[in-house]
Amino acid sequence: MELLSLIGRYFIAGLAEIGRLVIFTKEVVSHLVRPPFYFSMVGRQILTIGYFSLPVVGLTAIFTGAALAQQIFVGTGRFNAEAAVAGITVISIVRELGPVLAGLMVAGRVSSAIAAEIGTMQVSEQIDALVTLSTHPHKYLVVPRLIAAVLTLPLLVIVANIIGVFGGFLVGTQKLGFNASNYLQVTVDFLEASDIHSSLVKAAVFGFIIALLGCYHGFKSRGGAEGVGAATTNAVVSAFILILLANLIITVNVFGS
Amino acid sequence: MKTRVKISIRNLTKSFGSNQVLKGLDLDIMEGESVVVIGGSGTGKSVLVKCILGLLAPDSGEILIDGRDMTTASRAEHGEFMKKVGMLFQGGALFDSLTVWENVAFGLIRAHGMNKDEAHGIAIKKLARVGLGEDVSGLTPAELSGGMKKRVALARAIAAEPEIIFFDEPTTGLDPIMADVINRLITECVKELGATTLTITHDMSSVRKIADQAAMLHDGRIIWHGSRRAMDTTKNPFVRQFTTGSAKGPIKMITRGPE
Ligand SMILES: Nc1ncnc2c1ncn2[C@@H]1O[C@H](COP(=O)(O)OP(=O)(O)OP(=O)(O)O)[C@@H](O)[C@H]1O
Ligand SMILES: [Mg+2]
Repeated sequence: MELLSLIGRYFIAGLAEIGRLVIFTKEVVSHLVRPPFYFSMVGRQILTIGYFSLPVVGLTAIFTGAALAQQIFVGTGRFNAEAAVAGITVISIVRELGPVLAGLMVAGRVSSAIAAEIGTMQVSEQIDALVTLSTHPHKYLVVPRLIAAVLTLPLLVIVANIIGVFGGFLVGTQKLGFNASNYLQVTVDFLEASDIHSSLVKAAVFGFIIALLGCYHGFKSRGGAEGVGAATTNAVVSAFILILLANLIITVNVFGS
Repeated sequence: MKTRVKISIRNLTKSFGSNQVLKGLDLDIMEGESVVVIGGSGTGKSVLVKCILGLLAPDSGEILIDGRDMTTASRAEHGEFMKKVGMLFQGGALFDSLTVWENVAFGLIRAHGMNKDEAHGIAIKKLARVGLGEDVSGLTPAELSGGMKKRVALARAIAAEPEIIFFDEPTTGLDPIMADVINRLITECVKELGATTLTITHDMSSVRKIADQAAMLHDGRIIWHGSRRAMDTTKNPFVRQFTTGSAKGPIKMITRGPE
């Protein structure tokens, strides 16, 4: 009986949390289309979200792409289809690993940073101060971050895809004995426009999730440094889960064929 | 001068869960008057100010500003009200991603649509008014001492020359000399602007310097309201205990220790 009520409590708390997130999202999206717009803030955010994420995204992509080519070589070798290594590698990276890995890495960097920054502003009353200075905190803090993340994630994912394919190319040509121009030819032949569309759509959605969850948990922070710490963790964990869930939904429903 | 009521609070209540903070609070503030609210720690003084500003939603009651009830006001009306007020937060609440002058100029640029150069000029003037030189204007809040932060926050609160200013514990945590400097600045600024002000403090020297009227908040209500002079002669045991700073009296602080 107690267990049941415990499960029930968690379930209801979970639903309430989803409800709050939906309300927050609606409120924020309504600010996306209503003036005033703070364009200068967007530029700064593009720099912090996009540019400074390049090294971590690049490293993740090259390591994963290289390892992936090796694994696919082993797998295809079991039914003598090694010739497909380049093709399967590029499809796996562009359709799945590029956006997901870039999304997760940027979520780890950016959702946490946004939650910490806005959380600190919340507990030190800077958010209240914004209101008394006639500035809507959602418009001033959330909207520029959302726009910046939705714009930059696709660019980051393009970079991740290219570097990931290059990682596979390195292993393929240096270790697995593929001919370089042949490997590239297969890569280009196998890649379809829908793969790239899928990649970019996912990237934009992940960008939205990353900024939204960072901001949401930042605004929810209560009670000093401890609250900000909890908000940071929650932002990253929930962004991870939502990215993977969104990835599943987009993959299966939109780009399933 | 004291012609009409600027702020009128009627039967205001506010709870957080089971913690009933304001239990039907009434308070009138006349135009151009300086009212100081005193009361023990945690009695809800900051909550009162945040309710007036609309930062917290009260559970019930009315908050009339120039006769208009802010608890039922539209977003646009509330926006108009915000343009008329300045607020000095208890912790300063300076934006730590911006420099000192950008903090002071923030409301001028965002709320009043001033261009950057003009706002910069005014910010420098306001900073000078609170005794801070141009060399400070480019620093970030993290590089300032507590007293300097309070002065920057004061400059930001008065920058747009508001009609109504709220000061939440402007002198707490400052040495007595700096506290006196801030008190002086407040009285001077208020006189210059002719503003209506509500100050929260538990610093009695501050009350004596800046109050026209004093009000005491206890147990969720204003239990005493009178002129500054009346405060020193009143027989009200709560006010007497507070002004004399005694542990003995009707106000019981919750303390742990031997019973
Ligand atoms: N956002 C909030 N959520 C929950 N409880 C709150 C919140 N803000 C204030 N309280 C509670 O309301 C009560 C009054 O707090 P408030 O900050 O108004 O006190 P105060 O009179 O300003 O005290 P001090 O002089 O120490 O600043 C406290 O019990 C506090 O715990
Ligand atoms: Mg307070």
